[in-house]
Amino acid sequence: MMHEALLEIADDCLVLGHRLSEWCGHAPMLEEDLALPNMALDLIGVARGLYARAGELEDAGRGEDDLAYFRGEREFRNCLLVERPNEDFAQTMLRQLYFAAFMEPFWRAASASSDEVVHGIAGKAAKEVAYHIRHTGEWVIRMGDGTVESAARMARAVDALHRYTGELFESSPAARAAEAAGVLPVREEMRGDWDRVIGMIFTEARLVLPEDTHMHSGGRAGLHGEDLGHILAEMQSVARAHPGAVW
Amino acid sequence: MAETPLWEVFIRPRNGLAHKHVGSLHAADAVMALQAARDVYTRRGEGNSVWVVPSVAITASDPDHTDEMFEPTGDKIYRHPTFYEIPEDVGHM
Amino acid sequence: MYSQGLIGADGRTGETETFLAAFQARIDAEEKIEPKDAMPEGYRRTLVRQIGQHAHSEIVGMLPEGNWVTRAPSLRRKAALLAKVQDEGGHGLYLYSAAETLGVTRDGMTEELLAGKAKYSSIFNYPTLTWADIGTIGWLVDGAAIMNQIPLCRCSFGPYARAMIRICKEESFHQRQGYEIMLTLCRGTRAQKAMAQDALDRWWWPSLMMFGPHDAESSHTEQSMAWKIKRFSNDELRQKFIDATVPQAEYLGLKVPDPAMRWDEALNGGKGGYRHGPIDWDEFWRVVKGEGVMNRDRIAARKKAWDDGAWVREAALAHAAKRATGKVAAE
Repeated sequence: MMHEALLEIADDCLVLGHRLSEWCGHAPMLEEDLALPNMALDLIGVARGLYARAGELEDAGRGEDDLAYFRGEREFRNCLLVERPNEDFAQTMLRQLYFAAFMEPFWRAASASSDEVVHGIAGKAAKEVAYHIRHTGEWVIRMGDGTVESAARMARAVDALHRYTGELFESSPAARAAEAAGVLPVREEMRGDWDRVIGMIFTEARLVLPEDTHMHSGGRAGLHGEDLGHILAEMQSVARAHPGAVW
Repeated sequence: MAETPLWEVFIRPRNGLAHKHVGSLHAADAVMALQAARDVYTRRGEGNSVWVVPSVAITASDPDHTDEMFEPTGDKIYRHPTFYEIPEDVGHM
Repeated sequence: MYSQGLIGADGRTGETETFLAAFQARIDAEEKIEPKDAMPEGYRRTLVRQIGQHAHSEIVGMLPEGNWVTRAPSLRRKAALLAKVQDEGGHGLYLYSAAETLGVTRDGMTEELLAGKAKYSSIFNYPTLTWADIGTIGWLVDGAAIMNQIPLCRCSFGPYARAMIRICKEESFHQRQGYEIMLTLCRGTRAQKAMAQDALDRWWWPSLMMFGPHDAESSHTEQSMAWKIKRFSNDELRQKFIDATVPQAEYLGLKVPDPAMRWDEALNGGKGGYRHGPIDWDEFWRVVKGEGVMNRDRIAARKKAWDDGAWVREAALAHAAKRATGKVAAE
């Protein structure tokens, strides 16, 4: 059970890191061609640490690559937000901000984890996502309060993505077990910090927080949108064509 | 479209050392320039402090004036300790 | 990652003999030339062109490897490849900056690239077809680039030399990354080893072409060497590359696809070296002139990134302007 709670976050980080890596060589300016991989590498690094720990706890002989490359759509436990397509720079930055604004207080709280490994990962990851908030927040402000076109694109991004933010605060049965054991913090408790950060940035960005949005969820139960299957088909193609091979 | 401004980047490798020019980059404003400097120039632990300066804010000496600017100090050797003769018996000074 | 004899540089220059001789004396004394120093127009033009081609090569070079970032077969490889491709972007950035000290702009250089007016290393106009291509590119293409780039650290133009020092330091992991992939493949399953050999078969000759035409056909080498923009000739560097690489292929248990390749005691001034068979220069020029499999796609991808990003760059500038006049929301 405990390993499944770690898999949820590991999958979040891997899928979002993968999404960011799709920008590689295609960013709006060269400086962003360096900034985006920095965030992607942070996330992939955290995913690797969590997969390794999840594998140990599961105790079925699965390592990071078994978990990343040999599970299918229904077995992936990431939230729906992170699998949303990149679309444009507005959506990519907002998706990242929404996620980082949740993970920053989450990792800060997780540094009190009863699990030694999670404790170690949390300390490092909290600093990483704090920078992600800073970087994506500045971009959201510039795009929200930039030109007519950028403001329209930012508003569209909010409309497209806000409905996936509710799931961040939901604890699955696996997560609740981990929370009870003091391994992970209670997700709902991140709400205050998240609201404050997003509120501040939205004010500066002249963006309006949608009200009464229907919140989608299901990722923690392996009930995804159609995009995840394509991400995995691409990501896992080489590894699955050569089962058992070492790379 | 106007070109995104150019910035010069200075990094201090560690406390106790001075900031040193490492290169340049483009950014629309100072905040973005600082972040870009971090993302571009400190990927391998190159430093713990960054300065960014708009390139247009730098006033440089003219290479055509190098002689008049810098040569006059060449013969002022009395500014250097080796100019003065102190007997060896006095010891290190 | 770049290495190709400069294409189409025009080193002609119209200064007086006295000026040129004084400049040459500074170069001969190994003095570095800095951006604001007086320099022959031909020197400036050659540098703008070479640094520009070098920068474009780094940027276009992100694409063939970027093609496999999303499919890297392990998380360790995925992280390493992403970091490597990110480095290439950084190297392009350092180099554009070096060129900008000579009075050209990055936007201007980018527009030349997108208009098809600027050249870049034609190796990147070949497609990456399997994961083994990533290993081969790191091993051969970065290997060739290192041969070319290390002497550039001593280039007479200060900003270029400084950029190259930083680039060479960062690139030291690139070739090792590639060779490690090849080693793993060659020690792996039969299918993996076949994949490695196939990649070597496809990348070997284009890698040799990276050094540019033979010295006898390379018209601008002499002036560039005199100005110490270039330190070794195309053929010298190619020979160094072959001598270093053939034993590495043998170690992998792979066969270099050159039936004429043989050890020749007479090469390298009697120290011996590998003599290679004839290079297909028709193919080289065809690709340089735009008829490689990927030429159009590479430029199209860069153009799309540039065009799609225009509104983002505009937004940042517009916001900066508002901030400068105090018209933002929270101030």
